[in-house]
Amino acid sequence: MGDPLFMNGVGLAVLVIVIVKVLVAFAALMVAVMFMIWFERKVISDMQARIGPNRAGPFGLLQTLADGIKLFFKEDLLPERADLPVFKLAPYLSIVPAFLAFAIVPVGGVVTVAGHTFDLQVADPPIGILFLLAMSSISVYGVMLAGWSSGSKYPLLGSVRASAQMISYEAALGMTVTAVVLITGSLSTRAMVISQASHVWDWNIIRLGVVPFVLFMVAITAELNRPPFDLVEAEQELVGGFNTEYSSIRFALFYLAEFMNTITMSAVVVTLFLGGPDGPGFHFLRWLWPILWFIGKTLAFLFVYVWLRAALPRLRYDQLMDLGWKRLIPLSLGWLLVVAAVLVDRWWGLVVAAGLVLGAVVLSRSALVGRVRTDELEPEATS
Amino acid sequence: MSAHILAAVSTVDALTFAVSALIVLAGAVGVVVSRHPVHAALMLVMTLFGVAVLFVEQRAEFLAAVQVIVYAGAIVVLFLFVIMFLGVDRRESVAAEPLRGQRPLALVLVVLGFAGLVVLGAEAHWSVGAHSVAGVARGQAGGNVAALGRAVFTTYLFPFEVTAALLVIAVVGAVVLARRPPRIAPPTEEVPFEGADVARPASGEPGGSERRADGEPGGGRADGEPAEPVRVGSPSDPRPGGETSVEVSR
Repeated sequence: MGDPLFMNGVGLAVLVIVIVKVLVAFAALMVAVMFMIWFERKVISDMQARIGPNRAGPFGLLQTLADGIKLFFKEDLLPERADLPVFKLAPYLSIVPAFLAFAIVPVGGVVTVAGHTFDLQVADPPIGILFLLAMSSISVYGVMLAGWSSGSKYPLLGSVRASAQMISYEAALGMTVTAVVLITGSLSTRAMVISQASHVWDWNIIRLGVVPFVLFMVAITAELNRPPFDLVEAEQELVGGFNTEYSSIRFALFYLAEFMNTITMSAVVVTLFLGGPDGPGFHFLRWLWPILWFIGKTLAFLFVYVWLRAALPRLRYDQLMDLGWKRLIPLSLGWLLVVAAVLVDRWWGLVVAAGLVLGAVVLSRSALVGRVRTDELEPEATS
Repeated sequence: MSAHILAAVSTVDALTFAVSALIVLAGAVGVVVSRHPVHAALMLVMTLFGVAVLFVEQRAEFLAAVQVIVYAGAIVVLFLFVIMFLGVDRRESVAAEPLRGQRPLALVLVVLGFAGLVVLGAEAHWSVGAHSVAGVARGQAGGNVAALGRAVFTTYLFPFEVTAALLVIAVVGAVVLARRPPRIAPPTEEVPFEGADVARPASGEPGGSERRADGEPGGGRADGEPAEPVRVGSPSDPRPGGETSVEVSR
């Protein structure tokens, strides 16, 4: 258990390796965000038969850099009615969790450099995936406080939507993660990847049935406030959502955090359900193939996010809450029970599944009866 | 493994403890001193974070994660919701004493609590059964989380289940209390079978759909069917706040 780097105590070399890991992860994530923004704009414009950014650099690759420089040099506006300390704090509460959550993602296998063997992963804490949940619950603060401290109505509405949405979907998120934890028998992300490593059939997406994977995808899309769950910044209704009053570098931080979260969550999906860096490799450059597999799978998910944005209309707020509380949470809870029962014994799994289906049928039938009765009553009561 | 890590970084341990203790204390003082409820809540988050770091330092990583997820991530967020929605987010004068005799009482409680802490610290094994909780997880397969899980689901199964039942009851109670009383007479069992001459409540005001969404238990909303024409909380409705607070309080 744990990173083999720390097996022989902590020395200067180990410290240097840890610092290098952190720096490389940070730089890679920043560059990835830069290209992700370009990628999203390009793919969206392709899907909408537009050209998209094509001026700065080859194929417009440097467009994000240009935007970033522009944002740096814009005036930093502070609203008069803002609660200044909180207003300044909020962007950091958004971006720091976004970056920290990436630390637990295993990017590659185990490598040996100059006699030191270590995991290609910034940190492998014993609480593993719980760290991700902790960070996503902290990022709620960023959005919530940003909206409140702006001292203006639209951002407040946006932030209220955001925090309600994020808290609601965290429950479903947690329960699908629990299914993965159950089948792995550990919270550590490294252990999750190792337990999926032997064959494609051992990937959690197949071992757990496809349902937890789908639920997880929906839940994290909502958690990320990405379309079709982007009510937080529904520009037709809320001007710009929680970040309406932000400008200049503070706005850039929110923007950065959003895309960083998207990348991190794609990487987490790959880790939890698709075997992480697992994939066929070759004998030369052994350390490289897992990284390439990881990047490839993550890219596929990033594309899926862009695709969802291009294809799906935004949900209404009540639909969003219905989906979260009445569909995702019961379904993930039920599936979790079935997974737990199957892990005990196959027949128990069948029994629990049958019981759940029966219970669901009875419940929905009684809800239907109740609804019919109130529908019959309605004309009498109101006429 | 853990033994020599601890031996190697004991100064780091001391430093971590000092810094996080400082954060905890600063946050605690901040909660009391800040005049703004939102700032006080944020200071509380800071304290909770410091405590989480202290947990990590005691090698109780699971408790640290739960501390952040449950306390910082859910409970204080709810505090903030209440503060923001009830409109108490304005500065209050510290000079006024809301309850008479509050301050002397608080002083007495502080002295008592501090004395209790000192006694507990001196007799640490009295409360937890061991001088240090750090050693518990060592040498057990699966570490902290597995040990905790085993304890909760074997030794302490009954208290655990009772706590769960208590929480469910609290949730049901909250839902019952949060529901607005129906403005029309609630449908009783006999109503559909007594023909057309049942007492029908006279209602002159229009807007039956809204009343229904408010008053009827689960009328049309139970399955989220989009057939319902107008709803409270649809995006066109100018008060998503009310809807939100209800959803979150579940």
